[in-house]
Amino acid sequence: MKAENSQELKPETLIAEKAEHYSLSTLFKHWEWMLVGLIIAVVLVNTNLSPYFLNANNLSRTSSDFMEIGLMMLPMVFIIVTGNIDLSVASNMGMSASFMGLLHNMGVNIWVAALAGLLLGTLGGVLNGYLVGRVKLPALVVTLGTYAFFRGLAYGFLGDQAARNYPPEFTYFGQGKVFGTLVPFSVALFAVLAILFGLVLHKTTFGRYLYAIGNNENAAIYSGVPVSKIKFRIYVLSGFISALAGLILAARFGSTRPDNGTGLELSVITAAVLGGLDINGGKGTMYGAALSLLLIGLLKFGMGLMNIQSQVQSMVVGLLLIISILLPHFVSQISSIRKDRIRWKSILAIVAVVLVFAAFFAFFFWSRAAVIASV
Amino acid sequence: MKRNYLFLTVAALLVFGMALSACSSAATEAPAAEESAAMEEAAPMEEAASTCSDYVLVPKNLGNPYFDTADTGAQEAAGELGITVLYQGPATADATEQITLLNSLIAQNVCGLAISADDSDALVPTGKAAMEAGIPVVTFDSAIAPDGRNFHVNQAVAQDIGAIQIQMASELAGEAGGQIAVLSATSTAPNQNTWIEVMKEELTKDEYANLELVEVVYGDDDDTKSYNEAQALFTKYPDLKVIISPTTVGVAATARAVTDAGLIGQVFVTGLGTPNQMREYVKNGASPEFALWNPGDLGYLSVYAMHALATGEITGAVGDTFSAGKLGDYTIEDDPDLGLNVLLGLPFIYNADNIDDFDW
Repeated sequence: MKAENSQELKPETLIAEKAEHYSLSTLFKHWEWMLVGLIIAVVLVNTNLSPYFLNANNLSRTSSDFMEIGLMMLPMVFIIVTGNIDLSVASNMGMSASFMGLLHNMGVNIWVAALAGLLLGTLGGVLNGYLVGRVKLPALVVTLGTYAFFRGLAYGFLGDQAARNYPPEFTYFGQGKVFGTLVPFSVALFAVLAILFGLVLHKTTFGRYLYAIGNNENAAIYSGVPVSKIKFRIYVLSGFISALAGLILAARFGSTRPDNGTGLELSVITAAVLGGLDINGGKGTMYGAALSLLLIGLLKFGMGLMNIQSQVQSMVVGLLLIISILLPHFVSQISSIRKDRIRWKSILAIVAVVLVFAAFFAFFFWSRAAVIASV
Repeated sequence: MKRNYLFLTVAALLVFGMALSACSSAATEAPAAEESAAMEEAAPMEEAASTCSDYVLVPKNLGNPYFDTADTGAQEAAGELGITVLYQGPATADATEQITLLNSLIAQNVCGLAISADDSDALVPTGKAAMEAGIPVVTFDSAIAPDGRNFHVNQAVAQDIGAIQIQMASELAGEAGGQIAVLSATSTAPNQNTWIEVMKEELTKDEYANLELVEVVYGDDDDTKSYNEAQALFTKYPDLKVIISPTTVGVAATARAVTDAGLIGQVFVTGLGTPNQMREYVKNGASPEFALWNPGDLGYLSVYAMHALATGEITGAVGDTFSAGKLGDYTIEDDPDLGLNVLLGLPFIYNADNIDDFDW
């Protein structure tokens, strides 16, 4: 969130900054390949450790667990590329689904209720977009506010009640498979939307504008990029997709409660950042984000199959995220020092980090073992 | 530059591989420190795939002493039956996470699942998928709706639980009665909400006319939040007589809040708690009495129940009878609200006279 500060600092440290940016961008060109490598590693390790991993039925069932996160990640990539953030996505999803559930409980036709849910979610996006794009308030604060506000509305709609008994035509969207294949509908929907979003980001003027805003918002404004209009649009889009994710979740659960999806916004942002997006904007790709979602999904599923406790699973994903941020830092350090002097320094630094992580793990398992032994 | 990337990639893969192998070797008994070792072991595991080996007890979340106690009972039953029962739950009491976990357990083709549901409705499709895969599903503590499980192991009848808490609150408030409040778990917790409904019905009885329920607040089964909500209640209602907290986390946090605020003798805490957590507050007078079944027995009975289903001893139909070791025989009953279930027994009141007889 220090984008403005670093811009102010730029003139003084112009050369160093330039070097760093050059190496960062080259790393990010390679980061997707790192993700591919990690995915292959995860698949190999898991296939060797569990006979249940490479099983079409199992992969099919588990893949739909990650699709709401995936859907919300798509507009989040747009938003992060501009250097902004949307913390309200999961709350928006709960709000939209709860509104649909409320209407369903009142006897409204499910499709009308679903449309109303989508509309409300989009309106939520309009609110975010207006405050961030037009009023020019900081995105973090605005969406932190709507994060609480939308979830509050969700409880307002359903309270401690649940909406249930959705018709099978509706639950198909969360539980059904495409045309007798094993591909869940939600996965197909995500794939189509991911390609669409990827094309928009990488092949259109709109997409170039997003990078321009993320790299230097003032420069974008002076270059005639309609910055506030674009920000408004991506938040509206985020609202709409969050509502859509809410409906998919409701269909998958066959029910809605106002706390559905609590905390998912962090998973969404984690997936996006692990995909190589710079949280300060201007860098990253849609396919990197999609790969990172795949990586997290396979990793978590594999760890689940080995009955690794969910706290440890979170730890592993967290560590992976830290490493993904540390790597570009190392590269920039390495590339800013002359070649003949770097080797021992970088090796020492990496060994130190590895040792620290190893120590954490060792401590964790030692303490777990102590707890288990005492029971 | 190229070399650096190669180096970094290898380093990252190493860390990552280390993390994975460390996890797997700690979590499963099989030492899988290296891939080569793991590959050798893949063969026997594949043979085991056809016949299941593990039963799983799935709590609402890990690190909750209530469920840890249920696990202790479950392990006792596992020892008697000669089976392995794993204890696997989500990190937080969240349906989304619990469903992801259950999907990975279904994928492993486990022998049976005993689940405490984070969301009675959202888990129905997952429970159905498990049963379609031939895995018996019983629920304990918090039920999945009837379509999503074979039957429920019911800790106590909601009527008894709700009634006993109002009865205790009335005893603690004394002849004059006064204001009471409820500090519950999450606002969507199906158990707590049912009990609170019963409490509200009980309060309409003449004998409880002197009790006034001023507010229901939610501590989300989080110690800090429950503590803060309790403090907020003291400030908001200076005349508050009794706080009922129908959740083990909430009741201990509330009793601690009463103790810390120096309100012992003025505000009484009761509800559902466990002896080890509440011993201090029973003795210092913050919570002279509270009720609960024995979650250890609940875990014990759940294991016998899923074992009976998995071995084909019972099919899970009304009237089926199975034996559950030290607890005796149980018969599956049908209930219009709860569906098929077996009932553990009556809730039990803990007080200064008996608390030292228990250690869990």
